[in-house]
Parts: sequence; C-alpha cells; structure tokens
Amino acid sequence: MNKKSFGNRLIASPYIVWAAIFIIVPLVIMVYFALTDASGTFTLQNLASLGRYKKAFAISILYAIIATVITLLLAYPMAYFMTKLKVSSQKMIMMIVMLPMWMNFLIRTYSWITILANTGIINTFLAKLGIGPLKLINTPGAVILGMVYDFIPYMILPIYSVMSKIDNSLLEASDDLGANAFNKFKKVIFPLSRPGVISGITMVFVPSVSTFYISQKLGGNKTMLVGDTIEYFFNLGPDYYNIASSISLILMILIMISLFVMNKFSDDDGGVVI
Amino acid sequence: MKKILSLLLSICLCFWLCGCEYAYKYFDLDLKANYSQELKGTTLTVYNWGEYISDGSDQTIDVNAEFERLTGIKVNYLTFESNETMYSQIKSGGVTYDIIIPSDYMIERLIKENELREIDTKKLSNYNLIDQKYKNIFFDPQNKYSVPFSVGMVGIIYNAAQVSQDIPNSWSVLWDEKYKDKTLNFNNPRDAFMTAQMYLGLDLNSTNKNDWDKAANLLKKGKDNLQSYVMDEVYGKMETGEAAIAPYYAGDYLTMYDTNQDLRFFYPQEGTNIFIDSVCIPKSCKNYEAALMYINFLLEPEIATANAEYIGYASPNKAVVNNPDYCYYENEILYPNQKDIPKVQYYHDIPDDVRMYYEMLWCDVKLH
Amino acid sequence: MKFLSRFYIGLILFFLYAPVLVMIVFSFNSSSSVWVFEEFSTKWYLGLLSDSTMLTALKHTLIIAVLSALISTVLGTAAAVGIMAIRNKLANRLIMGATNIPMMNADIVTGISLMLLFIFIGKLFGMTESLGFATVLIAHITFNLPYVILSVMPKLKQTDANLHEAALDLGCTPVKAFFKVILPSISTGIMTGMIMAFTLSLDDFVISYFTCGHYQTLPIIIYNMTKKSVTPDTYALSTLIFIVIFVLLIFYNMISSKNEAKTTKRRV
Repeated sequence: MNKKSFGNRLIASPYIVWAAIFIIVPLVIMVYFALTDASGTFTLQNLASLGRYKKAFAISILYAIIATVITLLLAYPMAYFMTKLKVSSQKMIMMIVMLPMWMNFLIRTYSWITILANTGIINTFLAKLGIGPLKLINTPGAVILGMVYDFIPYMILPIYSVMSKIDNSLLEASDDLGANAFNKFKKVIFPLSRPGVISGITMVFVPSVSTFYISQKLGGNKTMLVGDTIEYFFNLGPDYYNIASSISLILMILIMISLFVMNKFSDDDGGVVI
Repeated sequence: MKKILSLLLSICLCFWLCGCEYAYKYFDLDLKANYSQELKGTTLTVYNWGEYISDGSDQTIDVNAEFERLTGIKVNYLTFESNETMYSQIKSGGVTYDIIIPSDYMIERLIKENELREIDTKKLSNYNLIDQKYKNIFFDPQNKYSVPFSVGMVGIIYNAAQVSQDIPNSWSVLWDEKYKDKTLNFNNPRDAFMTAQMYLGLDLNSTNKNDWDKAANLLKKGKDNLQSYVMDEVYGKMETGEAAIAPYYAGDYLTMYDTNQDLRFFYPQEGTNIFIDSVCIPKSCKNYEAALMYINFLLEPEIATANAEYIGYASPNKAVVNNPDYCYYENEILYPNQKDIPKVQYYHDIPDDVRMYYEMLWCDVKLH
Repeated sequence: MKFLSRFYIGLILFFLYAPVLVMIVFSFNSSSSVWVFEEFSTKWYLGLLSDSTMLTALKHTLIIAVLSALISTVLGTAAAVGIMAIRNKLANRLIMGATNIPMMNADIVTGISLMLLFIFIGKLFGMTESLGFATVLIAHITFNLPYVILSVMPKLKQTDANLHEAALDLGCTPVKAFFKVILPSISTGIMTGMIMAFTLSLDDFVISYFTCGHYQTLPIIIYNMTKKSVTPDTYALSTLIFIVIFVLLIFYNMISSKNEAKTTKRRV
C-alpha cells in the first residue's frame, strides 16, 4: 500500500501530546504508586501482599467468564436470526437493541432488584401460585445476570455486523455442494463470524471482570470483586493509594494478557471490530 | 411533523406549569440571629451524611433553600455514606469543602492530623443552645473544632410481622440460624465490627489485634446467615419487609416506622455504640464567614427542630428537646430515662497500625 | 423455523426491556417505593421540575457530553489524518497502541490513573482543589478519542488518494483540498465517531466517579441515590430520557428512510 498522505503528519501532534499526558503518564504514575510505599520509597511489598486478594481475582475472573459465555450463547443466535429478517426490520431491531445503552446502566441494573427481590415481582408472582419464595437476589447468579444484562448489546452488535456482511452466495454455494446445516455452520458461518465473536467477547469480558457496581447492588455487598476491592481501598484515603494501585496494575496486566490471547485466536492483525 | 412538534411543546409547557405548583414554598421563619446579605453571590460547599438534613419533601423546611434565600449564599450540598469516604475525600487534595459533619472518632482523627480549622464560637450567637452535656467531650475537649449536630445510638430494628415477639434483646440475633437470609448488617467496617465486638464483650477501641481477629472471625461465621450488607439501602429493605432484622441507627428506625408500623426496636443488652455527629470546618475551607453563618443557622430553634424531625436522631439542641411541639418530644427511644439508658461506648480514634489492620480484616470478611 | 427465530428475538428483547418496563411502571407509583406499587400518579414527574440537584446534574452531563464529543471529534479527526501520514511503522504502531489503551483497559483503571495524575498535577501547582469541571472534561475527551480515531481511520483508508491529488493539481491549497475533498468523503466516519463519543460520555459513570470532584454528573447523582433509598423520581427522569431518545430515533429513522426513498426515486 503506497498511498499518498492527505495531510501533514504534524496535525497529529496535538493528539500525540494529549495521549502522552493523559494516557501514558497516568499509567506511569499508577505504576509508581504500585511500586512505592506511603512515604514514596521503592517496595515490592504491595505486590507481594496481593495474595490476600487472590480470591477477589479468582471470583471476578470466574464470574466474568461465565457471564461472557452465557452472553455469547444468547447473543449468537440472536445476531444470526436478525440477519434473516427483512433489511428494514433488521435496522429496527438494531435500534431497539441499542436503545437501552443510552439509558443509565445504574438505573437499569437497579430495577433488577425490583424484579428479583424476595418481595419482588417474580417472587410475588410465584407466591400467588403457592411456590417460593426463591432466593434470587444477593446471590452469585444475580451478579452474573446483571453482567449478562448490562453487556449483552456489546456482544450482539459486533456479531451481527460481521454476520450481516457474509455473502449470501457463499451459503448458497455450500448448499449446492451438499453441506448439511451443521457443516454449513461449522465450515462457513462460524469462521466468517469469528472476528465479531472475538470483539464481542473482549467487550463483555473486560467490563465484567472490572465492575464494581453490579456486585454491590445485585450481590448485596456480600461478594467483593476486584473492582469492589479497588473502590473500597480508594475510599479509605491516600494511605491506601499504593495498595489500590497495585491491585489496579495487576488487573490491567490481566486484561492485557487476556486480550493478547484473544487476539491470537483472531485472524485479524490486531484490529478490533467495533 | 410540525403538528407533532407543537404537540410535544405544549405537553412540555403543561408539565412546566404544573411543576410550578410543586415548587418549594418558603416558610415564614422566626429567627433568633440576624443574617446579612453581605456574602451574597459566594458559594458554600457542605458535605454531609446522606438523608441528614431537612430537604423540603412532604412540606418540611428545605434548610438549604431557606439559607440561600436568607443570605444569598449558594449552597453546594454533597453527601457521603461513611466517615471513611468523607475522610478520603478530604485527604485526597482533589476537592475542598467548607462544612463537614463527621462523627466523634473521625473528628478526633482529623484534629490529630491537623485537618480542621478552629471555630470561633463567640461568633455563633446560637451556640448557647447546645446542651452542656454535649460539650467538652473527649474528641474535642475545649470545643474548639466542632459544634454538635445530632446524637444517636445503634440498636436493632425488627419486623414484628415476620419475627416473633420473643426475640432476645441481644446481638446474638445476627448470628441466629433461625433468621437466616432475613438479617442485614452494616456495610462499613467500624459499625460491622462493633456488632461482633459487643456480642463478644470486647472493647470497641481495643488496640489488641487479636481482639479484632476474634471479631472478624465471628463476622465471617455469620456472613452466611446474612441477607446483605447495607448502609442506607436499609430503608427500602426494612420498610417493604424484604429483610426482617437489621442493626441500624435509632433515629432511622423512627423514620422507617412512619412507613411500616410493623417495625420494632430495641437496644441490645450487651451494650451498644453511642455517637455524636458534629459540624466542623476543614482547613481547606474557602468561605469561613459563610460557614460560621451556616452553623449558626443550623442552630436556630426552628431549623434545628426541622432537622431533628426529618432525621429522627436525638438533638443536642436545648431549644429542640424542650419544645413540646417537637414530634419526638420526650420520645423514649431517642431520649431514654436515666434507668433505661443502655450500656454505651463511644468509638475513639485508634492507632494507625491497628486501624489499618482492621480495615484489611474487613476485606477478608467480605472475601470470605 | 421462522416462528422460532422470531420467538427467540422477542425473548431476548423482552429480557433487554423487562427492567426498562419495570422502571417506567414504577415511575408512576404514588408511594415513594420502587418495590410495591400502590396507585397511579404523575407526581414524580412534576416533582422533577423543582428538583434542582437532578436538573443541575443533567445540565452538567449534557455540557460535558457535548463539549467532549466536539473536542474529541476535532482532535481525533486531525489525529487520524496525521497518523495516516506517519510513514514510520514503529511510530505508527506505538501511537495506535497508546490509542487502544483507554478502549481496552478497564474503566476503573483509567479512572484511577487519571485521578492520580490530576491530584499529582494539582499538588505540583499547590492547588487546593484539583478535581472539577476541567478534569472530568479532560477525562471524557481522553476516553472518547480512540473511538473517534477508529471510526474515522477506516473511512480515510477507503478514500481515493487520487482525488486529493487531483484537487491539488487543479490549484487547491492543501488545506482547501482537505476541506473540499477529504472531509466530505470521511464525514460519515466523523459523524459515527461523534455520536459514539456523545453516547459514551452521557452514560459514563466509573471514570467520572473518580475525576469529577464537585462537578457531579447525572450518573454520579444516580449512584449516590442508589446508595440510599431510590425513589421513583430517578425512574421518572430515566423514563423521560428514554422517551426523548426513543422519539429522536424514530424521527431519525423517518427522515433517513424518506431520504432513501427520495434517492431511489431519483435513481429510477
């Protein structure tokens, strides 16, 4: 590719300065805090003491993986069925899927309490049938449900946008060549939709693993995910900035590793489909 | 298109006009001090507990709005949910406040760390309304840094429709399997540890780390029994019957009782925590004179009564306590007779290493 | 099969909208509970108009969303054009890598690192109050920029370089050529980026939470409210926002389908 440039590269310089100050420097400061104690001397103590929070990491990763898998299982057929609709209805459904994203996710999460509570809608309904009450709220299940609910649009949209671009003649060709439905899916549809799946997975996994609101509201403050731990320490004052920074640093490294692994699976050259 | 637009506009207009009727109506206040307009146009940033000031809902006095009208000072009102959150904001250096309302042990800590500015009580014409028994308390022996705002004790609230009346008057209910999934506990370390410390008969201000370990172990053991850890979410949960038992501040019980008459309250026999929340001025205050004016305004009998009635906590203000029209006048929960007063302990500021020790322990409890 | 797929789509949409429905229903509750429905009432909507905290926060949110979307669009478009011009592969990779960070990273890490930076700078200059309007705006611009850049870049790649050259040959100055030729061909990318930036900024809670100081936006107010007892007025506000966006989307759809109809007619 030898394209002529449209402009001078100098016009990128304001952005480069911006990115240096507000993207790189903050991370450097965070690393600095993670590797020093309250008086500012170098120490590995913070990182060494993180074993104490391994459970927070373990639970966060576990919940995030479960939420991502469920989201994928729910979103994939949705995206597929959407592509089978008329073009005008596809547009409409897209809009309807995206609409909740414009509303505050705190409120959307909060209204799940009304649905799941012991005195909530589901249990009131069950009580009328003489069943229950079921313990729905303040459970790990509720937390995972909150993650799935909040982030499912981020899974549907990229998968849909990739699938809608699959050339119909390819599917027809596979039909003509005698592929059954399963083989058609395995050999044609799934490989072609993989970039969408990959970016969907990252877009669901990252916010799930770092959330600190969903677990508080739907988990009854009983589980402490990594995000909650960071928030807890930050709200105790500057004495804890070091430990909070070191947890954040580990979280960041963890996310970067998982993104790297995900990118290995994709044929893309590192680009992510939005 | 135009038709739809005009329809929308007229709907908006209707809403607006109706909304005006709902706008706050100012009271005709009978004030003891004089308030000048000389600081008109300045801003006063107030940082207070959530649900801790009369805000004009249900025909009450909107304290901040009244103060703004009276003095022309704009009140920037912000809230926190725990002493620790407030502390972290003060110390972060990211924000400043002109007025804060922390509790006793936190005031002690802030004074020790030189974060508070002296309050010139001579300039507070209403200061003499504060009851003598709330002056010269351990955290501020010379009354230099704080003006008491409200007083409270922690007790246990339960729902008589769900829990039988023979519930023991003890902290043990929080660990009783009978009430599994029906009980709540505090979502902040100091208060949550208190429930366990009281049950175990430990000193709330112990400097022995083993004591804190014991309390933490008890909290871990009881975690399975709990429905959730809450702060002000307790209102919704207790009022609707979502939860049946919760330790919380006595004053809040009275507020909840207004909505749900099935609720009952007791002070556990093992003893409990008493606290004083006082108004302070942080070092970083940018509008000291306005802050003094605001404190004096909070002490006004009418304003203090409105606040005491709204919050439901006991008032340190004589003009409130001795006012027969005050809705909690001689209320036995807020103002128990000498013989009914439970065994109480204040929280004190404890040495940094012990404090950090239990703050970490709380993390372990949550992760358990 | 057709029925099944429709049923499935309906089911997922129901899942997506169940909480929204709950929110709308309870915004009309006469009591202050968001758990138990008593009677129909519009009092929360009327009460909203006199709730100055909520309205101020709404104003803050809109100001930040509009400003950050505009600034990040200008800065990001310029950046995209400039980055395309950078021939050095390593430099290009480094810049794109840095650009990806705020998008890939967890919000909480971005928020905390920015807060640490702002406080650090504040202390450096001896400021007592380092967080506020400016910092929340900077934070929003920072996390908006990658989205703008990544929506503009593909469009730039698709643009025919010869067009630009032709314009230069015909005597355009480079600046004029940019505005006359390049800009129109990447305008859809710019629009997408701007809308995305606006949306992200509107809904952001985590990063604002750490950087906003006293300049509280609506999500922060809502977070504080969910820490106590949420009353239906928050639901009422969200319902209003929902309706506004819904109406806007329908209008947008109507207009765009009309335009489409026009263009197809012309083609015919």
